[in-house]
Amino acid sequence: MASEPLIRVTGLRKTFGNHRVLDGLDLDVRAGEAVAVLGANGAGKTTLLKVLATLARPTRGTATVAGHDCAKDAELVRREIGLVAHSSHVYEDLTAAENLTFWATLAGLRPSAAERAGALAAVELERAAAARVRTFSAGMKRRLSLARFVLARPRVLLLDEPFTGLDQGGKKWLEEHLASFKTGGGAIVMTTHSFGRELAVADRIAILAGGAIALDTPRGALSADDVHRLYTLHAEDAS
Amino acid sequence: MVVVWKDLLVERRSKETLNALFFFGLLLLFVFQFALGPDRERLAGTLPGLLWLGFILSGLLGLGRTFVAERENDCLEGLLLAPGDKSAIYVGKLAGNLLLMLVIETILLVLFSFFFNLDIAGALPALSIVIALGTVALAAVGTLFAAMTAQVRARELLFPVLLLPVETPVLLATVKATEAVLLGEPLGSVAHWLKLLAAADVVYVAVGVLTFDFVLEA
Repeated sequence: MASEPLIRVTGLRKTFGNHRVLDGLDLDVRAGEAVAVLGANGAGKTTLLKVLATLARPTRGTATVAGHDCAKDAELVRREIGLVAHSSHVYEDLTAAENLTFWATLAGLRPSAAERAGALAAVELERAAAARVRTFSAGMKRRLSLARFVLARPRVLLLDEPFTGLDQGGKKWLEEHLASFKTGGGAIVMTTHSFGRELAVADRIAILAGGAIALDTPRGALSADDVHRLYTLHAEDAS
Repeated sequence: MVVVWKDLLVERRSKETLNALFFFGLLLLFVFQFALGPDRERLAGTLPGLLWLGFILSGLLGLGRTFVAERENDCLEGLLLAPGDKSAIYVGKLAGNLLLMLVIETILLVLFSFFFNLDIAGALPALSIVIALGTVALAAVGTLFAAMTAQVRARELLFPVLLLPVETPVLLATVKATEAVLLGEPLGSVAHWLKLLAAADVVYVAVGVLTFDFVLEA
């Protein structure tokens, strides 16, 4: 029997003024599953993530994470999620280790030095532990951003174009990290513009067009060309 | 506590606010010195006002920068997403601002006594109480308004426009109490002003603690 979805979005509508960004969006994501959301610029991918992350309230419809309503139980939802957005949410004048200590303490965790070192090692930043973030590349900041969730262990990861700014080594590392997160029972929603190997981590591909999910299909044996063809058919037609 | 630790660490490394406020205070004192000259009678009447003008102007600059570090890499969004009571973030930010303002005010006070050739040693205990009470009220509202305007485009203009009217009773009380203390009057003679300041402190801190969550979510 299939498990209850960790993420459930039903009839979601989100408007900004007169502009309807999402309109009747439905999406379920189960534990151990990763969904890649594809869509043209302005299709509403980031808005969907913001609603799931409790940073934007739905105009209509509901979004729940681990059974908690994103609008009504934002505090409970925040305990279940890790958001890696375009911004890394790290302080430039703190070191990598200090950043981890700060965010973990704020989340009510008391990581030991060994746990902190382990989290930095997990994102391959152990050598940069004492370096200030101001000296980091965009890819290193993204890794540090993820290290926060190695400590916090959320059940849901929300990733906004997570592969952007990563070099080939970084992309490979992220793929392995996300695969391991899924194996541990976590659910992932990630937005992407890429049709390439970055999609390998996804179990399903959802194409967002016209404010709703136009196509939700298992990635299975779809090649990059297949995905591109489907994307063109749905997403670009809608825009 | 972790918010104070982080803010003080960032400030210790960047030294942006402390350095800027020190030189701003120094320039302010030069301007006052040139404007007023050596006339001691004139000085005695205007000194309490000038002292608090220095405090509030440097306070405006310092408090306005409360969330500058949070704007980099959108850390304000990170704070919002952190589970737990958001009022703890306000208390941490307030404590950090208080420490910074008290350091700057101490430096300004020493420079004031040097520039205007004042002997404030006798009045120092009473003066410290007045300054501490006034600074808590200034920092409490300033920290809250800094959060309110952190994401606003015209924040540099909006912040003082919001802050100064709310601080008017506090400024009135601090200037009057400082004037009396510098003239050598006992604290008891300005008890009504001190009570007003203490009440303002309680009300402003309570409002900050109770509303910070809404301010951050908005």
